[in-house]
Amino acid sequence: MGLVLTMQLRPSLVLYGVESQLPVMVGIAIVREIGPVITALIFAGKIASSMGAELGSMKVTEQIDAMEVSGINPFRYLVYIRILASTLMLPILTILGDAISLFGAYIGVNINSVTSLNLFFTQVFRNLSMGDVVPALIKTFFFGFAVGLIGCYKGFNSNKGTRGVGSAANSAVVLSSVLIFVIDLLAVQITDLLGLN
Amino acid sequence: METALKSGTNQSKESPVIVIEHLYKQFGDNIVLSDFSLSLRKEENLVVLGKSGSGKSVLVKCVVGLIRPDRGSIRILGKDLLGLEEDELNELRTKLGFLFQSNALYDSMTIRENLEFPLLKHQVKISEAEMEARVMEVLENVGLEHTIDMMPSELSGGMAKRIALARAMILRPDIIFYDEPTSGLDPVTSREIASLILEMKEKYHISSIIISHDMACVKITADRIVLLLEGKCYAQGTYAELEQSKDEKIRQFFK
Repeated sequence: MGLVLTMQLRPSLVLYGVESQLPVMVGIAIVREIGPVITALIFAGKIASSMGAELGSMKVTEQIDAMEVSGINPFRYLVYIRILASTLMLPILTILGDAISLFGAYIGVNINSVTSLNLFFTQVFRNLSMGDVVPALIKTFFFGFAVGLIGCYKGFNSNKGTRGVGSAANSAVVLSSVLIFVIDLLAVQITDLLGLN
Repeated sequence: METALKSGTNQSKESPVIVIEHLYKQFGDNIVLSDFSLSLRKEENLVVLGKSGSGKSVLVKCVVGLIRPDRGSIRILGKDLLGLEEDELNELRTKLGFLFQSNALYDSMTIRENLEFPLLKHQVKISEAEMEARVMEVLENVGLEHTIDMMPSELSGGMAKRIALARAMILRPDIIFYDEPTSGLDPVTSREIASLILEMKEKYHISSIIISHDMACVKITADRIVLLLEGKCYAQGTYAELEQSKDEKIRQFFK
């Protein structure tokens, strides 16, 4: 992500003679937008589909009914814990994703010029404010919640049969991906209203 | 036509543990249960007999609260099922066991974990030794102690059915519901499962509702049979009584 972005941005910045600003631009783009959204979309592809398929399969094979008739609340055991896990884990994955992307950007910068790791990250972090980091991190909690909620909802409400399981996994990914963009749009509006942009 | 053949068993001596009255359930235009009533007495094996798609499984799922009926009342162990709060219903369900037609074993857990799971959720204070003893007891009952660390996918159909029965027994329920306990099994294994159902009743004094159209299983297990036709209780009686019936709709099950 960081590597590609750097390679794409460089020609335009060279054209205007501001190539030295490359780490700053890439850093802001990654931390504010690309890191959280791309990580959330990958997370939705992996986790929402897995939740949809797993719970859908449990539904089809009556395992959820078995849990219910033995007096165990399947929501408490299967749903709450998954939603909580995805809500808490996506921000951590985003931080990890941002770090890897920034390192990729560092490699990208060094393809055409020589910049030390220390100088690159100093440039990146000096130009990042709390207004860049905190809202970006907060929205990842909402992305994670949406992915967990949609994955579990689709799995729990899958129709009977293996086709229903496939459909639950598929629609969980599609719907949670759309929801990620909607939440992202709302987050931008809210940070704008709060004057954080 | 609703024929009620009077059973020769000691009906009046035993108090009912389940009383179902005037139950109605409809899916779209399809009326599955229509004014259906029955009662299950203590330590009785009651077989609900009916054609495929006649609503037997819907009936039993209504009784355990998996499907909500449109009308009627269901009393289990003196409690009005339809008026219970979720916690009360879950509490009541610990006194019920359910053997699913598909077995419904948790396929991501070993047999040990499948059996320990209800204990861990309901008997929080149970010690490891007690839990091990309970798990081994139910496994011994079904003769499958050696499968304890296996996964459900490693079991044959008959073994999976026995393990599902062991899991239904783990909380020592008062009532067990068997949904097609012998479906998909060969005649020998079917007889073994039917005998196991009888053994469980005698050993633990359990009342059971058995949903089946396997007449060999019905003959072995039934104290009383209720014939479910067109959503109604068409007839009831012992196996011998219904076998001698002249009614063609009843006779077709005994040919």
